[in-house]
Amino acid sequence: MRLPLKLPRAVAAGLGLLVFFALWEALPRLDVVNPMLMPAPSSLPAAFMKELRSGIWLDSVVMSLSHYVVGLGVGVLLGVALGIVVGMSDAAEAGSAWVVRLLRPIPGLAWVPFAIIWFGVNAEGAVFIIAVGVFWIVFFATNGAVRAVDRDLVEVAQAFGFTRPWARLWKILFPAALPGILVGVRTSLGQAWMAVVASEIFGVPGVGQRMMQASSLLSTDLVVVYMLTMAALYGLFDSGFMAAQGWLLRWKP
Amino acid sequence: MIRIEGLSVVFDRDGQKNTVLENMNLDIPAGQFLAIVGPSGVGKSTLLRVLAGLAKPGAGRAVVPGPAAGRQSVALVFQDARLLPWRRVLSNVAFGLERLALPRADRMSRAQAMLDLVGLGALAQRWPHQLSGGQRQRVALARALAVEPEILLMDEPFSALDAVSREGLQDELVRIWQATGKTILFVTHDIAEAAHVASRIVMLGGTPGRITSDRVVAEAHPRLRAGPGAADLVARLRADFGAEDFSI
Repeated sequence: MRLPLKLPRAVAAGLGLLVFFALWEALPRLDVVNPMLMPAPSSLPAAFMKELRSGIWLDSVVMSLSHYVVGLGVGVLLGVALGIVVGMSDAAEAGSAWVVRLLRPIPGLAWVPFAIIWFGVNAEGAVFIIAVGVFWIVFFATNGAVRAVDRDLVEVAQAFGFTRPWARLWKILFPAALPGILVGVRTSLGQAWMAVVASEIFGVPGVGQRMMQASSLLSTDLVVVYMLTMAALYGLFDSGFMAAQGWLLRWKP
Repeated sequence: MIRIEGLSVVFDRDGQKNTVLENMNLDIPAGQFLAIVGPSGVGKSTLLRVLAGLAKPGAGRAVVPGPAAGRQSVALVFQDARLLPWRRVLSNVAFGLERLALPRADRMSRAQAMLDLVGLGALAQRWPHQLSGGQRQRVALARALAVEPEILLMDEPFSALDAVSREGLQDELVRIWQATGKTILFVTHDIAEAAHVASRIVMLGGTPGRITSDRVVAEAHPRLRAGPGAADLVARLRADFGAEDFSI
């Protein structure tokens, strides 16, 4: 359906957001819903400032971010490395096929019991949970991207005497596969956030844990503050990643 | 000097043996501009691939001189430019130099000199996707020339270009050949193109491919495209094909 009025996209998007907040504000105010169950947006700044002043907000965010960054880093590094090995070597591909088929369907959260047994309810355990989820996404993206590299370009390297696997990797395979690898990394940015919150809900200190505490005290406004905090942090990482990707792939038409 | 002795190439595809070249003998003196013409599938590209080290002979051998220091003995220009899209033009030209033990500054100045030679010195910092088809093929030629090969192998390098770019590049290639004295093996399916650029034309035919004719072209450069000499040569070359099903 076309709107009768032509609006620039940004204006329309801003209007949509405004309507969303207005509705949200109206529902508890008009007593359609209990403000306890659904805190109005106008109550959030005060809750946020209180949390910020106490220092808990910053502590929680820093801890969550450290889980996020380390888990993401470990998962991406292992995923890219093994994805390249399995992508370059038919023997590795054949040898790993059934192991991959066995392990891949296990959801990252199913590793929580072992994360607790092996590492405990702590940062290492959270990093493990996050890294497992990220690993599979990046592993498959990298493996597929390396296998899909144009053989003609590999032949160019060969014609210029780059015949060793290492040279083939750095001169051709890695740069050619980078766009596909980055697609996997971007997907895992979101996946890793989910894993951060999940592992913290199990008790590892961070925004997830703080959110659970707030909910058990029925401080729903604080729960919403942390929900929005997560949205903002994810948005920050995603825009940063998109900027980095734009620069890395600036050669693309 | 390139010496090809009893060369046969057999491809093994799904257990089926397919002989592409059989018992080929050919000597190519240094500095010759040799065009290899013939119908598709006769093994022209395969011959270049063997010389470039991308395919292995089934029998016989192809001997090329070994490389001098800081050079590569043989360089190949493909039918499509095959530039690396993530490298700028200058870096594409310098690609082959990265294997040779040269300081970075030398690599860059050599690459720039080659770009200047093919007339694209001003486009060094462009990305490949910003170039036209003809410009991309010039960059590919510069990339091959940058490793200072004694032998330049070209596999239908201009066949994907429009007529104007093609004729411009043919004349430029002749100029570069005259200036550098390189041995050039130029594969084409276009008889008129071969007649315009080459100092010798070898024709392949049959299955598996053999040499069916070998002519020296004495006419000096620059050659006219539409003179009586050109028409006469093309007619004689066409006659060499005889009853072979080969139309251009």
